[in-house]
Amino acid sequence: MTADKDEKTTSLDDMFGDFAELILENVTIELDELRLAIRPMVQQAARSVGQSALAVPKSLITSKFEAPIGEYSSIIHEVTIGATKGEGGTRSSTLTIGGHTTPAWDLFQSVPKNPPVVSADVFDMKISLAKAVKMHYKEVLEDPAEWAKLCVNKYGADAITLHLISTDRLLKDTSPNDAAKVVEDVLQAVKVPILIGSAGDPVKDGPVLAKAAEVCEGENVLLCSATVDVYEEIAEAAKKYDHVVLSWTSLDINQQKELNRRLVDWLRPEQIVIDPTTAALGYGLEYAFTMMQRMRLGGLLGDNELQYPISSGTTNAWAAREAWMKAPELGPRELRGPIWESVTALALLLAGNDLFMMLHPAAIKTVHDLVNWLKEHRKVPEEDYHDWTSISIPEGV
Amino acid sequence: MAKLPGPLDIYPLLPGTNCEECGEKNCMAFATKMAEHTVKITDCTPLYAEAKYAKKLAKLDVLVRPPVREVVIGTGDNAAAIGGKLVLYRHDLRYSNETSFFVDIQDTLDNEGLSKRVKAIEDWTYVYIGQDLRLDGIALRGVSKDPQTFAKAAKHIAGIANFPIALCSLDPKMLATAANAIADKRPLLYAATMDTWAEVSEIATKHNLPLVAYAPGNLDDVATLVNTLRAVGVEDIVIDPGTASKAGLGTTVDNLTQLRRASTVNEVESLGYPILGSPISVWADHKEGEAPELTKWDEVLVASAQIVRYSDIIIIHSLDMWTNLPTTFLRSNIYTDPVKPVAVEAGFFKYGNAGPDSPVMYTTNFTLTFFTVESDIKQCNVDAWLLTVDTEGMSVQSAVAGRKLTADKVAETLVEYGVAEKINHRILISPGMAARISGETEESSGWTVKVGPKDSSGIPKYLQQGMWKEE
Repeated sequence: MTADKDEKTTSLDDMFGDFAELILENVTIELDELRLAIRPMVQQAARSVGQSALAVPKSLITSKFEAPIGEYSSIIHEVTIGATKGEGGTRSSTLTIGGHTTPAWDLFQSVPKNPPVVSADVFDMKISLAKAVKMHYKEVLEDPAEWAKLCVNKYGADAITLHLISTDRLLKDTSPNDAAKVVEDVLQAVKVPILIGSAGDPVKDGPVLAKAAEVCEGENVLLCSATVDVYEEIAEAAKKYDHVVLSWTSLDINQQKELNRRLVDWLRPEQIVIDPTTAALGYGLEYAFTMMQRMRLGGLLGDNELQYPISSGTTNAWAAREAWMKAPELGPRELRGPIWESVTALALLLAGNDLFMMLHPAAIKTVHDLVNWLKEHRKVPEEDYHDWTSISIPEGV
Repeated sequence: MAKLPGPLDIYPLLPGTNCEECGEKNCMAFATKMAEHTVKITDCTPLYAEAKYAKKLAKLDVLVRPPVREVVIGTGDNAAAIGGKLVLYRHDLRYSNETSFFVDIQDTLDNEGLSKRVKAIEDWTYVYIGQDLRLDGIALRGVSKDPQTFAKAAKHIAGIANFPIALCSLDPKMLATAANAIADKRPLLYAATMDTWAEVSEIATKHNLPLVAYAPGNLDDVATLVNTLRAVGVEDIVIDPGTASKAGLGTTVDNLTQLRRASTVNEVESLGYPILGSPISVWADHKEGEAPELTKWDEVLVASAQIVRYSDIIIIHSLDMWTNLPTTFLRSNIYTDPVKPVAVEAGFFKYGNAGPDSPVMYTTNFTLTFFTVESDIKQCNVDAWLLTVDTEGMSVQSAVAGRKLTADKVAETLVEYGVAEKINHRILISPGMAARISGETEESSGWTVKVGPKDSSGIPKYLQQGMWKEE
């Protein structure tokens, strides 16, 4: 008790006010026991009222936390995109997604067997792009093979999505044969797995993807996309030439199940990836988020029509005006755009998305970073939990 | 998921007098709404007014208490209610009480600097589909490490701020001094730790203030600290299991998820408290003189992850539009009631004093598309008509690609709503994203189709300049 007299007691009133008055009622415990738990001034006060003391436990009440493990009966199918030489293709590596046994990123239940991957968008003709995107691709906008190389070599894309938009009858109406030549160019240019996107032209999509499937025989590409309106020709071609199909629906889980049900007439489960449509942050993202979360959980809980890995057209984030609009008061577009695509991706990553089709190099890098950071439960060193209450942050930042 | 009480569990605990004071026809109707969490227990005034209901009230209080308690920071209209969560996944029901954004202020600023920062925080706003996005609170940080400075700054801020305040320091003396100065404002105290719990919990119980239990990186410690604080009588607890960024983000997200899952799914009552995240932690790695954009980028990522993963309050530093637009948008999205339909009713809508010579636009009935277009029309104060085509809730671009928005469909909708009878001219403004069907639409409908802007943000200019009337 002798150590209790310290100089700070001079400002006790300022510091603690009437603090000492309310505590010391009706409770008797040994002063010895209190030494660790209460401050000197309380002890002084305690002494002055004799045997009364605080109603606080003398030490922490040691407790255990029990990890809230869930029960999941089923596994999300594993799907591999691409094929190496030994597997009949020419890719230097392949990508496998899915294989999950628990909800996304619940590391306490399981770490992801196959962490999510990023495929970079490449278009087969010059298209209008947001300024913040264009600045990174302006040299290659008219050369899909060079564009693909840039995405892989410089921006680290795990795969390339070649969008054959010029096949649209309202754009260049490129023939399936001519479109297939561009596919072959891109296959030559890069050695990562390839995804092939159609134009969204109901008449052309089937023939275009069927021809692409033919020239890619053995490469195990992802054909994007089969929809409820156009799917037979694509499923047929995927079956014949052994490819994977993206089953794409529009924010409707029942429609997604229906299309998947039809596709399994042609395809093995390991040949299907599902896409419930990605709406941009601020413009319907919650629908995509919840659809993905429900599909993943539904699949894990036994719905065999939903046990497929999930894909997102994350580039749709750029549909939000806040991502591209010229508006200096909202901050630089060069940051606004890629952060918009990144946050859209992050939300869907946490919802359980496996394959991201993306556009901006900084957003691609961000998703790669996030996957690396999230995929393990690392022991965080104590000093990495900073005392943010006392750090000094430069003014005006 | 925890079983939420149904109407039949609630009904026996209501007075059963069908007094209608709550505005419902009878007690059963009120019980039904309580089960849906669309009315509050406090709406049943007799329960509180009459002593004979005290037992029922006490039971009902426990029965309808959400798995995650609600904690209120501050007082009055701007008080921040956090927590009150009922479910783990938003599709299980809905999330209540949007994540509160508390923005930091350093106590080392002079009064002018403090005032300026308070104003900047309180003035931050953005209009998003007809609603004002805003921040929620002020986190005063004890950078000075001097109790008097901290308390003085708290007092100054409390005098001018409308927003609720969090007092942030790991030093109990700092908290005691500042809490004394502004206890009537009901600040949140940050934080009690494994070392300081005894002293800090006394401050909280003395002033009856909400208190953060901070035990980073170890959920056994979290349980230990929370149970201890409960035992000493702290009622309003907020849990901070620690925020680590970058390589620590996986652990951070995992701990948040475990905590929320324990309370909502496994019904661990003792951990049913709101959760705090501190994206501001990323600034510990920031070096003076460095470009701040990378640090801000990281702060947005941590904040976004914590908005999605169960944080009820986050402490941030950045005040830029480019950092806080994505996070406030994300919060708004995640907290939207999932029952909200993807589609609105198709129809023909009038804005301002639109008459037979006003412009006619069309769009799809995807909720977000419709409200965005509507908000853009309203903002420009031009009289106009808007026709919404039933595309089963698809946006323009998806609907054109998915053949849900076709020329025939547009023509049919024009007829269905008798547009020709209400309008003198025959000019229809199409969304820019539907340009590819404009030719066919002219053929099917007999109207002249003008292709409007690709993004509806271009509508004000397009209408104000009368571009649709140009040859």
